[in-house]
Amino acid sequence: MAHVEMTEEELRQRVRALLEEAHPDKVDQFTFRGKQFDHGLAMVHFPEGLGGLGLNPKMQAIVNDEIRKHAKTFYEDLNVNPIGIGMGAPVVLTHGTEEMKNTLIKRIFTGEDIWCQLFSEPGAGSDVAGLSSRAVRDGDDWVVNGQKVWTTLAHISKWGMLVSRTNPDVPKHKGMSYFLLDMEAPGVDVQPLYQITGEAEFNEVFLNDVRIPNERMLGEEGDGWKVAITTLMNERSALGGGSGRKGGGPVGILMNLWKNHQAAGRSAAAKAVLRDEITQLYIKSELLRLTSQRARAAAKQGNPGPEGSVGKLAQSELYKKVWECGQEVIGADSLVFEAGYELRRPAMEEKQDSLAYAKYQFLRSRANSIEGGTSEIMRNILGERVLGLPGEPRVDKDIAWKDVPRG
Amino acid sequence: MDFAFTEEHEELRQTVRRFLADKSDEAAVRALMTTDRGYSDEVWTQMAEQMALQGMIVPEQYGGNGFGQVEVAIVMEEMGRSLLCAPYLSTAVFAVNALVEAGSEDARADILPKIAAGQSVATVAITEANGVWDVDAIETKAEQDGDAWRLTGTKAFVLDGHVADVILVAARTSDGVGLFRVEGGADNLTRTLSPTLDLTRKLATLELKGTHATRADGGGDQSAALRKAVDLTVVAITAEQVGGAQMCLDMSTDFAKTRLQFGRPIGSFQAIKHRCADMLVEVEFARSAAYHAAFRAAEDDPETALAVSMAKSYCSEAYFHVAAETIQVHGGMGFTWEHPAHLYFKRAKSTSALFGDPVEHRERVADQLAI
Repeated sequence: MAHVEMTEEELRQRVRALLEEAHPDKVDQFTFRGKQFDHGLAMVHFPEGLGGLGLNPKMQAIVNDEIRKHAKTFYEDLNVNPIGIGMGAPVVLTHGTEEMKNTLIKRIFTGEDIWCQLFSEPGAGSDVAGLSSRAVRDGDDWVVNGQKVWTTLAHISKWGMLVSRTNPDVPKHKGMSYFLLDMEAPGVDVQPLYQITGEAEFNEVFLNDVRIPNERMLGEEGDGWKVAITTLMNERSALGGGSGRKGGGPVGILMNLWKNHQAAGRSAAAKAVLRDEITQLYIKSELLRLTSQRARAAAKQGNPGPEGSVGKLAQSELYKKVWECGQEVIGADSLVFEAGYELRRPAMEEKQDSLAYAKYQFLRSRANSIEGGTSEIMRNILGERVLGLPGEPRVDKDIAWKDVPRG
Repeated sequence: MDFAFTEEHEELRQTVRRFLADKSDEAAVRALMTTDRGYSDEVWTQMAEQMALQGMIVPEQYGGNGFGQVEVAIVMEEMGRSLLCAPYLSTAVFAVNALVEAGSEDARADILPKIAAGQSVATVAITEANGVWDVDAIETKAEQDGDAWRLTGTKAFVLDGHVADVILVAARTSDGVGLFRVEGGADNLTRTLSPTLDLTRKLATLELKGTHATRADGGGDQSAALRKAVDLTVVAITAEQVGGAQMCLDMSTDFAKTRLQFGRPIGSFQAIKHRCADMLVEVEFARSAAYHAAFRAAEDDPETALAVSMAKSYCSEAYFHVAAETIQVHGGMGFTWEHPAHLYFKRAKSTSALFGDPVEHRERVADQLAI
């Protein structure tokens, strides 16, 4: 799609006009972001009237910069409504009815309606297309039964993006449909999913005879997989950055632990072993950062290579090792977990220089190589898409979903 | 640090790659590695006359191209890929770095133009039997004898020391460590070719028994200058490691695509595919490390030494691991003499042990970061 041309200065002027009408330091989030939306400065690549101006998406950075210049308060999309803004608004724009566009998108942007994504299921993790929640047509409605899992924000969401099986008699990718689910509808039961740290960052969502009107299907019946993948946030690349400053990130914290919190009473020989381990982790952390820089430089020159694809795998494996080493540095005190395991929603951020933070990350980092694509899936992607190795023979590709063994 | 490679860099890479594909294919490598000399005079001359490779980092006033560490890294990467058998690292990298950093005007003016023209093979002798690539470990003594000097001691692991026309020997004087010039054919010099693990890179032991030498530096202590020369040479060797590692990965993936077992390409098995993916990560990290060191060195950045040691530690282990995995991916074939995997495996280990192994370099990193 061709973008509307606009100079940077003109865009900045529009931002200043917005700020005169509503200033984030003076009005609340919903009011300010509502006005921002009305001025077409919410998502500048969206069409006029739907929060945008039809500009190149890169120009959003200019808007954000101008707001930051004139206001202390800045609402990050990622804090306001990450899944709604990242996936919900684009999917409604691409596949929704005019009425959906006009009623849903603004409330996504302001954060009045939080959105969540209902894809993963207990029986469908890496193989999400194998999911088994069922939607059965009943008059003008679909009746959905099943269970979703790892659902971020479900407990405060108004809308969910649901992929469910509508036809079990065709191969797995062809039998799913995509729905907008009202999370307040009868039969939707959201429960916290407590994890290794004792917190519940995520939820389980149980769907018992939940009725969804047929007009809330996005795309055609059977197109659920296509709709889902065309609107997926680029979660994998977003998770593998390794950017930041030299010596920062987890390894910087590890080096502080080494300086300030290493176990007393270690022998010189034991210290030498740990010192070499920390040095190896420092070098790898630096190379993760430099590889990401190299990828950016190559992309800028229009020459992207494999360096841009290795970040997610390398980072998640490396960070686990860094936090494991943190426990070794702390020594016997790693036996103590002062934060406790009270089952709760994530409440506070431990201070990054505290022992408690390192101990928490030791546990939390186990998810790094699972969330957003397991390391095994990442290795498949590197092997097949970057190195061009042949795929694994697929046993479920051409047979009806109902005949595929699962468990 | 923006890894600012230019189109000219890419052209250089392609030109060198084409040249080496023609002059240093596997058959050429195998033929040369079993000779004592270890290289082809004809190709050496062509490298200078057609490609001006020996003069890459020789300053222009001495007949060179006056390029920097990034350009020579590109050349070395390609040489590592093709396992070129030639005294390039010793002559065009190490000796040139030593002369540029520590050499006297006379020594530079005399030696560098011949190196650039491909008319002289030169090397640097720092390390002794203790295997330390640092000037502090030098015991070889230099004693003044009129206008000349007499050197006594034993130098070990000297790159191409058996064929070098000019040997730049680091030796201890009452003023510290100096750089001395010894002619390859000097009296009271015994040069013994070492039987090496890696046949594609020749090393010699030099016994100096009051050997006649001239001063190649401007006098005084050259420790700092020689340390820098070693560091710059390590930059080049890490680039060579990247080239070799990339070649191993390429061989492994090509093989995994075509080798059939159990009725399918072995690369379709995750056991092989995932090994290859891990190798890819290592190659890309090694590349970042080597290029980072090259750009730092080219800018004469104060953190060059840190970048160099990070690169030497990481690239050495990455190349070795990737080469080892290459043997494994190729199965029985990878273990044969006929298959080139062992040539890379041995080169990987030799480049790891040369100029300080990964443990040594991590020690330097840890020191500089006060870990």
